[in-house]
Amino acid sequence: MSNMQDGREAGMIGSRTDGAPVRRPLSPHLQAYDMLQITSAMSISHRITGVAWAIGLLFLVWWLAALAAGPGPFGAVQWFLGSVLGWVVLMGLSAVAWYHTLNGIRHLAWDAGYGFSIPATYRSGHMVLIGTAVLTGITWLILFVAWI
Amino acid sequence: MANPIAERAALRSPLGRVRGLGSAKSGTQAWWMQRVTSIALLPLTIWLVFSLACMAGASFGEAQAWVARPLNAVLLLAFLAASFHHSAAGIREVIEDYVKPEFARMGSVLVVKGVCALLWLVSSLAVLRIAI
Repeated sequence: MSNMQDGREAGMIGSRTDGAPVRRPLSPHLQAYDMLQITSAMSISHRITGVAWAIGLLFLVWWLAALAAGPGPFGAVQWFLGSVLGWVVLMGLSAVAWYHTLNGIRHLAWDAGYGFSIPATYRSGHMVLIGTAVLTGITWLILFVAWI
Repeated sequence: MANPIAERAALRSPLGRVRGLGSAKSGTQAWWMQRVTSIALLPLTIWLVFSLACMAGASFGEAQAWVARPLNAVLLLAFLAASFHHSAAGIREVIEDYVKPEFARMGSVLVVKGVCALLWLVSSLAVLRIAI
């Protein structure tokens, strides 16, 4: 260990209960974590959906700016949003928005000091996933009914 | 009467304070504003997503009439302000977690802030032009 080249190796020097050195991550880490656990999977999903939604706001800006600019530019946005790619974007964004919104309520509850036990965390996680599916389905239904 | 000892009770030097390297007694402000905007966005998001879903396939005139309605215009402006504040705060948090070199980190945070501010102004001006 004396010829350590990479500073990140410092976080890999553990020891067994008998004191023998062992090379393993010292703290929760992608190598040691099962990322398919609902807790960690929903945590990183909250970030991913947050970033995706921030990028998705570009479509709202485009829509509003085109609406202010005139019928020509607005027709271009409506054409895109009505295309297959536009539908994929809108459906994806609605799912992402509902997930981030519902999981955000979960985070606010944690910030307030509630729901930290493992059963409560799993329960709220399942509620967020079910709620996302329900609200996204309702949104798509409204979208489809308004479209036809 | 001024008490020189009380005035110097802060152990940090003035230089340390202006460099932002110590407690400025406002350390929770960014964290708190992210929560405030998230609470504001809860009702605004529910309103906007369902409103926009109802507008699928709307004509130019219908869409303009919807934005021009005072309640819709006010809620849209509120949504845009809270959204871009919350987006800038959230992306900043992600950048600060994953981008290590200080120059790249500070630079990308500033770019994100600038882009969010400009997009907020563009979209808000659009709403105002339609509504007024």
